[in-house]
Amino acid sequence: MDAVTENFDLFLSGYWTSLKICLIALIGSLVIGTIIAAFRVSPVAPLRWAGTTYVTMVRNAPLTVLLFFFAFGLPEIGIRGSYWLFGISALIIYTSAFVCEALRAGINSVSSGQAEAARAIGLPFVATLREVILPQAFRTSVPPLGSVLIAMFKNSAVLGAFGVGGDLFSVSETLTSARGYAATPVLVGVAVGYLLITLPAGAFLAFLERKTAILR
Amino acid sequence: MSEETAPSQGDFGRPLVVLDRVEKHFGDLHVLKNIHLTVHAGEVMVVIGPSGSGKSTLCRAINRLETIDSGSITLDGQELPEEGKDLARLRADVGMVFQSFNLFAHKTILENITLGPIKVRKVNAKQAEQDAMVLLDRVGVSAQAEKYPAQLSGGQQQRVAIARALAMKPKVMLFDEPTSALDPEMINEVLDVMTGLAKEGMTMVVVTHEMGFARRAANSVVFMDAGEIVEENDPESFFTHPESDRARDFLSKIITH
Repeated sequence: MDAVTENFDLFLSGYWTSLKICLIALIGSLVIGTIIAAFRVSPVAPLRWAGTTYVTMVRNAPLTVLLFFFAFGLPEIGIRGSYWLFGISALIIYTSAFVCEALRAGINSVSSGQAEAARAIGLPFVATLREVILPQAFRTSVPPLGSVLIAMFKNSAVLGAFGVGGDLFSVSETLTSARGYAATPVLVGVAVGYLLITLPAGAFLAFLERKTAILR
Repeated sequence: MSEETAPSQGDFGRPLVVLDRVEKHFGDLHVLKNIHLTVHAGEVMVVIGPSGSGKSTLCRAINRLETIDSGSITLDGQELPEEGKDLARLRADVGMVFQSFNLFAHKTILENITLGPIKVRKVNAKQAEQDAMVLLDRVGVSAQAEKYPAQLSGGQQQRVAIARALAMKPKVMLFDEPTSALDPEMINEVLDVMTGLAKEGMTMVVVTHEMGFARRAANSVVFMDAGEIVEENDPESFFTHPESDRARDFLSKIITH
């Protein structure tokens, strides 16, 4: 365990960087995922098609391909940015497709009568979604959404392997390749670091599920 | 109970809801066939007919919860627009009460009533709550204002649903089988509220099997079968001397039970 105790500062800074990536990607993918879900249930057909196309394309592409596309494809068409920006963007785009589908599962679980009643009092589409459908859909979406987000936290490790420096996963590379530590204790330390992100997240999700319970 | 004579068509105000040559199909099923119908301001129209006759579809088409294939529906002179802001504005003027209540499950009774006035009519929250309490009082559920819909009985929920529709100050109220999902002992408390509304001059279109209500409160009865309007008459004439065989047959079935 010397590998961990001797380099505790490095682990700690890696942990914070990974946590930062996760929080930014969490907010980004929730926002974009919600918008795409709204597209997919919209009464406007072109919006529905756009949403379906987005989900089909993004969900079926491997995350690494998406990352390489962002990092090497986008500069080819003149879009420049840091690995950090490209990495997080790819993670957000990728995760948002899954967030969209988890939310849509929740939306489909709300009885159509709720939307009809909202429309009948004159609420426009977006207000119907925001005031009536999503608050009820969210509860059903919490478990699948939790899995999607925890998967995303772990996927963020791919960013480290990919070259976004300083995160928890790249700590292992620094220690094993550059400084010659044995791999096992280092990787165990890294895994514990990720657990320290995902376990509290899981506990928070369980709390959220109880908190949003609705009598039906 | 005193027998009131229904006013004749001439006593009513302007045409509020006008359906003209309305057609609708669900796949191969022709659910609305060449429907012509006029509801005047202040009129209470009861729509009856066997299940599958198209009466619910007719009711739901009036605020475009169901789209129609052809023909036109106008509300207070304005043709129903496509889905969008204009349609939302129009729907705000049409109250709707559903068979299954459809109260917003995640909101309290009070919030159910105030949502429309606050978000659509832009009434301030305090005023909306005061108005809501008056309405809840009127339908006899003000004691439940802080509860959630699932904590109320069916009859109470449906009265709240009526109050929610009234809170928008609608020009016309649509009732789509409002008592069909209720236990028998709760039907009257809902019908009483509806009868009260009718007496106050609310324009109403009521799809129902409650013949007593039709006799007591309606000005006109429309009988539908297989997507068509078979007969339209004042309640007394309709119930005592139905003109069509289909209406006679339908009435004989429900009245003997």
